[in-house]
Amino acid sequence: MSSLLITLLRRLLLAFGLVLAVLAVNFTLIHAAPGDPALVIAGEMGGADEAAMAAIRKNYGLDKPLPEQFITYLGRSLRGDLGTSYTYNRPVSSLILDRLGPTILLVLTALIGAICLGTLMGVLASRRPDSLFSGVVTVFSLVGYAMPVFWTGILLVILFGKVWPIMPIAGMRDVRLMGAGAWVNAMDVLHHLVLPAVTLGLIYLAQYSRLARASMLEVLGSDYIRTARAKGLADGTITFKHALRNAMMPLVTIAGLQFGNLISGAVLVETVFSWPGLGTLALDAILGRDYPSLLGVLTFSAILVIVANLLTDLSYRWIDPRLRTR
Amino acid sequence: MKSFDRRTLLKASAAASVGSIFGIPWEVAAQAAKGGTLVIGTTQKPRHLNSAVQSGIATMMPAAQLFASPLRMDAKWSPQPYLAEKFELSSDNRSVRLILRQGAVFHDGKPVTAEDVKFSIETIRDHHPFRTMYGPVNAVTIDNDRTAVIRLSEPHPALLLAMSTSLTPIIPKHIFGDGTDPKVHPRNSNPVGSGPFKLVEFKPGEHIIMERFDRFFQKDAPRLDRVIVREYKDPASLLLAFERGEVDIQAQIGDPRDLERAKKVPGAQMVTGAGPAIGPLIWLAFNTKNPKLADKRVRQAISYSLDRKLILGQLLGGLHKPATGPIASGSPFYSAEVEKYNYNLTKAAKLLDDAGFKPGTNGTRMTLDVDAIPSTAEQKTMQEYIKPALAKVGIEVKVRVSPDFPTWARRVSGGQFEMTIDSVWNWGDPVIGVHRTWLSSNIRPGVIWSNTQGYSNPKVDQLLTDAGKEMNTAKRKALYKEAQKIIVDDCPVAFLYENINTEGFRSTVVQPPKGIWGLIDGLTDMGARKG
Repeated sequence: MSSLLITLLRRLLLAFGLVLAVLAVNFTLIHAAPGDPALVIAGEMGGADEAAMAAIRKNYGLDKPLPEQFITYLGRSLRGDLGTSYTYNRPVSSLILDRLGPTILLVLTALIGAICLGTLMGVLASRRPDSLFSGVVTVFSLVGYAMPVFWTGILLVILFGKVWPIMPIAGMRDVRLMGAGAWVNAMDVLHHLVLPAVTLGLIYLAQYSRLARASMLEVLGSDYIRTARAKGLADGTITFKHALRNAMMPLVTIAGLQFGNLISGAVLVETVFSWPGLGTLALDAILGRDYPSLLGVLTFSAILVIVANLLTDLSYRWIDPRLRTR
Repeated sequence: MKSFDRRTLLKASAAASVGSIFGIPWEVAAQAAKGGTLVIGTTQKPRHLNSAVQSGIATMMPAAQLFASPLRMDAKWSPQPYLAEKFELSSDNRSVRLILRQGAVFHDGKPVTAEDVKFSIETIRDHHPFRTMYGPVNAVTIDNDRTAVIRLSEPHPALLLAMSTSLTPIIPKHIFGDGTDPKVHPRNSNPVGSGPFKLVEFKPGEHIIMERFDRFFQKDAPRLDRVIVREYKDPASLLLAFERGEVDIQAQIGDPRDLERAKKVPGAQMVTGAGPAIGPLIWLAFNTKNPKLADKRVRQAISYSLDRKLILGQLLGGLHKPATGPIASGSPFYSAEVEKYNYNLTKAAKLLDDAGFKPGTNGTRMTLDVDAIPSTAEQKTMQEYIKPALAKVGIEVKVRVSPDFPTWARRVSGGQFEMTIDSVWNWGDPVIGVHRTWLSSNIRPGVIWSNTQGYSNPKVDQLLTDAGKEMNTAKRKALYKEAQKIIVDDCPVAFLYENINTEGFRSTVVQPPKGIWGLIDGLTDMGARKG
C-alpha cells in the first residue's frame, strides 16, 4: 500500500475520533448552558399549558436524563440522523444540506478570490518593493486586516443599498426570478454573491497580499533565484515559475488554518446579508436554543475544518515534490 | 408579466365597466384584473405552516393563504361564509351547524368534507396554544359529507370568531390524521390546504412561495398568480428592500423613523391600525405575590408615575396609542370608562406613603428590578425610561437584562421577577387572548403568557366566566366593562400602549387587505397593478 494511502487512512481515522470528541464536548457545553428549549418552543407556539409543555419535552426527548439523550444522539448521528430542529420542526440533516451549498459557495468564492488576488498583489508588490504600488498594498493589508467583517458588510450595505443601489444587499436570489431558467438564476445568484464574498474575502485578501509579498521577497533573495537571473531568464519566468512555487507554502498553510475562521466569519457575513447559509442557521439556533441544529452545524463545521486541513496537507505534496517520498 | 393585447384590453374594459357599476374606481378595477406576483417582506420567522397547532403572525400569514376556514370576519367583525356556505346557531346556543360549499377541494384534489372539519376542530381544541378557543366543544358530529355540527357544553360567544381564517384552518384528515402528534407532524412544513394559494416552496429563513389554486371554491379568486413571503433578518434590511422595490408589502412597521422613510417611497400607501383584531398590548407587569408589590396602592403609584404622553409622543414617535385596559380599543368590548392613571407624581408619592413605603434617609422607598423580553428595541426603551421615571418617587429601579427569551420566560413564568415589560395580544375575542391573563385559574407556574402576575380577584373571575358564556352582545359588553374597571383599579399591570400595526404597500399593490385580521387573512381580493 502506498505511503500516501496509509497516511490518508491514518488521518481519516484520527479525524473520525476528533469529530466524536467535538460532538461530545459540544453536546455537554450546549446542554450545560442555562435556558430551557421547551420554553422557547412554547413561546414560539404562542404559549402552552402544563400538558403541552410535557408533550413538547416528550416529543423532543427533553424529558430523558442527559446521558441517555447523548447516547441516543450519538447513535442516531452515526446513522446520519442529526435529529429534528426545535425551531423549524424538520430534520436537521436536511436543513444543513439545504444551507451547506450557499455557505460553501460563499466561503470558497471569498477564499479563492482572496488567495488569487492577494497572491497576485503580493507578487507584483514584491517585484518592486519600494514602489508606490507596494506601499499601497502594505497600507491596504493593514487597513483591510483591521476592519471587522461585520462593519465592512454594513458599510457596503449602506453604499450599495442606499447611496448607489446597483447591487442586491440581502438574500441569495431574487424570488421573483425563480423559474426563469438556469442561466438567469445563476447570474442572479452571482449578482447576490458579490457583496458578501467581497466582505468576507477582504480581510483575507489583506492577509494574503501581505504574506505573499513577504514570502516572495524572501524567496527572491535566494541563491537559486540569483542564479536564474544570471542565466538570463525573463523576469516573469523567474517570478511566476520559480519563485512563486516556493513562496506558496506559507500561503497554503495559512489558507488551511484559516478555514475555520472563514466559517466563523461567514456567520457574521451571512447575518448582515441574510445569506441563507450555515451561519444564519447557527445564529438562529443559538438564539432559539435549537440544540439539534446547533450541534449539527458545529459538527459539520468541525468536519469541514478537518477536511480543509487534510486537503492542505495533501496539497503540500503537490506543491513540493520533495515531500512525496515522505 | 402579460402583454397588453386585444384580449386583455377587452377583459380590462369589462372589468372597468363592472367596477364602475359597483362604485369601484374604474382604474382600480381594470388594474386589479387577475395575475401578477406580490412579495410580502417580514422579519417574522415561522416554525412551520400549520396554524392549527401554532399561533403567531409568522405562521398565520402564510397559513391563511394555504388553508381556508369555515368563516371569515368582515370589517365590522361580523362572521361571513367562507369554506362553509352556511352556518346556523341553534336556539339554545349549544351547537353550530356548518354546511360546507359544494365542490370545495384540497390542493391535492381530494374533497373537503365534514370529517375534515371535525378532525380540524378537535386538533385545534387539543393542541393549539389557545385552549379556550374550542374549550367548550364537547364533540363534532357529522350529519352528512358536507355538514358538521359543533356541540358545546355551554354557550360560547367566541366560537364564530374562532372559526375565522387566522385561527381555524381546515386541515386534511387524510394527511394529518395518521396518528402522528400534529405539533411535530412532518407535513407541517409542507402542508396541503384548501385555501386560495397552494404551497410551491418553503425554505425556512428565506421565503415561502405560494401560487394560485385554480380550483379554489370562490369564483374569480384569488386575483394574484403568486404570493411570496420573504424573510429578512432585521427591520433595517426589510425597510431597504421596501424602498428598493424588492418587496411590495412591508408587514409590521414598528419604528417611527422607519415609518417616515417608508412614507417617502413614491406611491406607497401606509395602512395604520391594520389587523385590529390582533390587539397587541404592551404593559408593565407586576408580580403581585412579591411583598413589595402585593399592595395595590404601590402598583397604582407606579402607574401614576409613568408619563404616557412622553412615552407615546417622544419615545415611540407617536406611532402607537395609549392602552387603558386589558381589551384593545379596536374590540367591540373595549371600554374607556376606567382609571387612566394620568401622570401625577404627587398622587403617586401619597399612595406610597399610605402603603407604608416612606422615603429613607437617602430618599429611596424601595428597590425593584425590571425585566423585558430581550431583543425587542421598544421594550428596552421602556425599561430604560422606567428607571428615571420611578426614581422621581423614590423607587430605585435596577434594569435586569435577560440574555435570551428562554431565560426571560423562565424568570417570568416561574415568579422570579418583580416587574417586567410584557406584550400580550388579544386575538379577537376576549375569551381567546384576554381571559388567560386575568383568571386566577390560569395561574400556572412554568407557563409563559398565563396569569404570570399571580393576580386573583374572585369578582373578576366571575365576570369573565359569565362573559365567556353570554351570547347577548349588550350584556356581554356590560360584563366586560365591569371587569375592565376592576382590573384596571387593581392594577396588576400598568397598561402602557397598544401596538398600532402599520403595514406598508407599494404602488404595485391594489386593494390591500383592510379586514380585522389585516395580512393574516386570505388575500383573495388583493391584486397587483399591471404596468
